[in-house]
Amino acid sequence: MIEVENLTKRYGPTLAVSEVSFQVQKGEILGFLGPNGAGKTTTMRIITGFLSPSAGRVRVAGVDVVESPLEAKRHIGYLPENPPVYTDMTVNEYLAFVGRIKGLPRAELKKRVGEVSDKCSITDVQDRQIGKLSKGYRQRVGLAQALIHNPDILILDEPTAGLDPKQIIETRELIKGLAGQHTVILSTHILPEVSKTCQRVVVISKGTVVAMGAPDELTARLQGYGSVLVTVEGPAPDIMSKLGRVPGVNLVEQVEASGARVTVEVHTEKNHEVRSELARAIVESGWGLFELKTGGMSLEDIFLKLTRRDLGEEVPEAETHPAEVQEQGKETGESELTN
Amino acid sequence: MRNILAVAGKELRAYFHSPIAYLVMAVYAVLCGFFFYSFAATYVVQTFRMQAMGGMGAPNMTINDYVIRPLFQGVLTIVLLLVIPLITMRLYAEEKRSGTIELLLTSPVTDFQIIAGKFLGALALFGTMILITFAYISALFVYGNPSAKPLIAQALGLFLFGAALLALGMWISTFTKNQIIAAVVSFAAFLLIYVLNWVTAYSSGAVSKVLSYMAITTHFDGFAKGVVDLKDLVYYVSVIALGIFLTARSVEALKGRV
Repeated sequence: MIEVENLTKRYGPTLAVSEVSFQVQKGEILGFLGPNGAGKTTTMRIITGFLSPSAGRVRVAGVDVVESPLEAKRHIGYLPENPPVYTDMTVNEYLAFVGRIKGLPRAELKKRVGEVSDKCSITDVQDRQIGKLSKGYRQRVGLAQALIHNPDILILDEPTAGLDPKQIIETRELIKGLAGQHTVILSTHILPEVSKTCQRVVVISKGTVVAMGAPDELTARLQGYGSVLVTVEGPAPDIMSKLGRVPGVNLVEQVEASGARVTVEVHTEKNHEVRSELARAIVESGWGLFELKTGGMSLEDIFLKLTRRDLGEEVPEAETHPAEVQEQGKETGESELTN
Repeated sequence: MRNILAVAGKELRAYFHSPIAYLVMAVYAVLCGFFFYSFAATYVVQTFRMQAMGGMGAPNMTINDYVIRPLFQGVLTIVLLLVIPLITMRLYAEEKRSGTIELLLTSPVTDFQIIAGKFLGALALFGTMILITFAYISALFVYGNPSAKPLIAQALGLFLFGAALLALGMWISTFTKNQIIAAVVSFAAFLLIYVLNWVTAYSSGAVSKVLSYMAITTHFDGFAKGVVDLKDLVYYVSVIALGIFLTARSVEALKGRV
């Protein structure tokens, strides 16, 4: 449904998007994952025809967006990061205006405004001025706007940004309900969002695709090890070497140190339970155990690692440890992701 | 055409749902009204004085020459320099600031349809505004007997003069997200093309002839006298076309298609 081939966008000398290629099948929800400034918005803007590419091509529903922009735009509903609403209009006026410029026939206009208002649960505010609505409502009005001409393709740029948890869940459900009849690309920098809504994920960083696949498979690959966070009162080097000798532990990293208290992250074999062993080791040594919990790599950490590798820099390891030898093997396993 | 009207309607709504339309019309009505009254009152005093002096020259003092023409040429064109930037400043700057430009440029409408719609919307507000002038002038028909024919040329001239400024102001509005910057730059640009023919006062070379031709005021003289000259018509229509063309180029550049 959507084919992106070797897409490149330069702003002057800066390369915003470089050689990005991916495809989205009909009815699929594709997550576009990346930190801020990774090129998500730029890529989406090119697909929607708001920006023109410097090189490469994009086809939606078989139509090239540069060669026949009007035809391509008819297939696309787009919700930018900030909902593009006219604050002085009421919800109904706004949706009617958008419907008109999207080419809906006059006879259908009123019916469609009602339908999308229902779908996005904004019927209760249909006569209110958009400027006076909360962020959550505005976002839903933005979504209604994208749906008004019943497009085959929906491009949603961070649809849940700035919403409260309840609204986030509602929006996710709404988007999930759209799959099948619509092909959806949604961008986000929140990892759980992707695993909850998307069937496939493209991870983008520094303008290039660094990983692609189904979310489960991707999370497994990105988080190739288990992790436990331990806060202990005691001498840092001793703690690190002691914990490093616990069976199943691959690596111990110092995360934080304040006063006599040290927080370390213990990397373990995947699905290998070491918490009771760790606790025993600490108590046996006579140190004070303050906290022990399973940690996980946050998306930010993953990106920091991925992007640093892209630049050819070594990932700075806070502290080294004998167990690092074992870590080497895992390192190479992980770096496959970048290829 | 449907798309153009949709955009034009949206613009017109936006003007009348914000204080801009009312502010612009109020400013225009007050300035136009004050000068109209001054000219009319001066005219009345002058004609009485002439008659008291024995009627010499009095028949030559027509309302058209002494009230209507100076009002159009000396006052209204200057008022437009001030008021048109207030109308055009938001056309693109507002869309860029609020992000709605993304909606417009990703909808299945051409850039030209958007530009034409915006221009027509602004033109409709401007047209409504200058109707106020004719409300004042109609009073002259009640109390005097001015000739109506030159008025048609003067109205057409003022409309074209304003439309030309609207097209240029719209272009300037595409460069910024800030409406105040758009208004200030537009005013400065308008003032410059207004005084461009002053060069003839101190220079008579080819350059000064060209500059004088380019001045927006040079081409208003004929209309102010009640004469519609093809050459002046061509000038104003060209400036409008140029403004729309430059706007289209500038919008194109927004998409990074440089």
